[in-house]
Amino acid sequence: MSDMKKKFKFRNIVEYIIEKLIFFSGIATILFVIFILAFITYDAFPIFKTNTLQSMVFGKDWYPVPDDVFGMLPLILGSLLVTAGSIIIGVPVGVAAAIYIGEVAPPKLREILKPTVEVLAAIPSVVIGFIGLLLLAPYLMNHLDKYMVTGQAAITGAIMLAFMSMPTIISISEDALNAVPGEYKAAAYALGATKWQTIIRVIVPAAKSGILAAVMLGIGRSIGETMTVMMVTGNAAVVPENWKAIFMPIRTMTATIAAEMGETARETPHFHALFMIGVLLFTITFIINFIADLALRRVKK
Amino acid sequence: MKKQFTIAVISLLIAAGSVIAGIVVKGSDTMAMLGQGWAEAYTQSHPGADISVQGGGSGTGIAALIAGSCDICQASRAIKEKEIDKCRERNIYPVATTVAMDGVAFAVNSANPIKSLTMEQLKGIYTGQITNWNQVGGNDMKIVVLSRENSSGTYAYVQEFVLGNARYASTALMMPTTKAIQAEVANNARAIGYGGEAYFKNKASVKVLTIAAKAGATPVYPTDDNVRSKKYPISRPLFFYTNGKPAGQVKNFVNFCLSEEGQTIAEKLGYVALKK
Repeated sequence: MSDMKKKFKFRNIVEYIIEKLIFFSGIATILFVIFILAFITYDAFPIFKTNTLQSMVFGKDWYPVPDDVFGMLPLILGSLLVTAGSIIIGVPVGVAAAIYIGEVAPPKLREILKPTVEVLAAIPSVVIGFIGLLLLAPYLMNHLDKYMVTGQAAITGAIMLAFMSMPTIISISEDALNAVPGEYKAAAYALGATKWQTIIRVIVPAAKSGILAAVMLGIGRSIGETMTVMMVTGNAAVVPENWKAIFMPIRTMTATIAAEMGETARETPHFHALFMIGVLLFTITFIINFIADLALRRVKK
Repeated sequence: MKKQFTIAVISLLIAAGSVIAGIVVKGSDTMAMLGQGWAEAYTQSHPGADISVQGGGSGTGIAALIAGSCDICQASRAIKEKEIDKCRERNIYPVATTVAMDGVAFAVNSANPIKSLTMEQLKGIYTGQITNWNQVGGNDMKIVVLSRENSSGTYAYVQEFVLGNARYASTALMMPTTKAIQAEVANNARAIGYGGEAYFKNKASVKVLTIAAKAGATPVYPTDDNVRSKKYPISRPLFFYTNGKPAGQVKNFVNFCLSEEGQTIAEKLGYVALKK
């Protein structure tokens, strides 16, 4: 073989190997997700020998020890209540912050704000839980004592979760706002709109699907959060009766798994029930992320 | 690359070595302080001994014993039937050694005028039948009920001996440790919580209640003598569970805990020694 041909053959082999390696790295994530789902479903499945899906999803009593009663409704609603609270608090503040950073802030301030938001995302959840328990809970109990009997309640969890999901909401909303074509802004100004009118009536509506994606990812973050809610929500498995329940203690799905998995002996109904909660959580998070992804794709178009 | 590999292998060997050579103690949160105190004292007088103590609750400890991941399981309750069955499945033979005694204290905030309750009232509060302090002679305030998680031996013990196996109120807050219960009681005038007396004795803003076995009986404080004599109605033994009778270095450690020195340490930490 001539020297030139040898060189090309070698290069082709190397390219082939690198392509295959990258391919496997890429599908490794998919395989990983499938593997996790298979694993938790396998360990959750035996619960159906003793409990029906209906009794679990709609059962009001979570009483695994010693009675093996696995009503997950209080846990599901607890997670949803805290998540809803964190979105109601976090989305307006987050989107407003994104608008400020993206459209209004002077460049020097923008340089400071953007990294600071990233730092907020880097704070460990246990530290946030700690701050919530030591600072926020007593504060809320003392100032809202008409509604609250203890500082460890859903609203404390919702506020701390809003802090945690805000960096996600801000970054993605900001990207969405930046993705709005400059022509829209120019056209609005040309028609005589003020800066504020342009933002509220032109840019934000144009960035709608991106902001929706940000909200969905914020929801995904909040619903999966474990440590913070375990430390500040009081962990009482009560079905929230009405909106006032946000001022009372609740128990989330994630905190239940974290608190109870350690003691449960393997292959007992309690063990399988906890994995069932994991399956429910996985399903909910998957659906949320899927919707967020669809919404994000619309932004990129 | 070679250097990193060597470091990784050496760390793995050290980790494996410490797992093989040391004593792993897991289980009861009530006994966590006790186990740690004993481990520290034992390591001081027996240099080279390596004892690690973890909490997590009596249930967690027993699950670890069944899984073979601990040498000594600390438990503040007796092992249950279901757990003994699991042990048999795995050829584990659980043996209990009583190492100390404990009075389960019920504590309220210092600002709460209530000083004592009957067992019946405690049951009413913890099952959610009694919801306001004025129903037991206190102020007009909602009762905030604090409990441990269901992995706790104290949770199981209180359920059996105070609640008569009735269910806890679903509104009870489930706190991760006795320390967390003590912190909330100290900060919340409405709260009532339970735990090993050692965690509530002499703590600021916290008052341990005297308990009357029946209405009209004299309320009793969980002093050491009252716990030993079972005059305090909620007194219980604290156990070490091992797979088979304690042997080897585990036996040395257990003998230390039962010795006069070990029992004095238990008393200093606020637990009740087996003998005076």
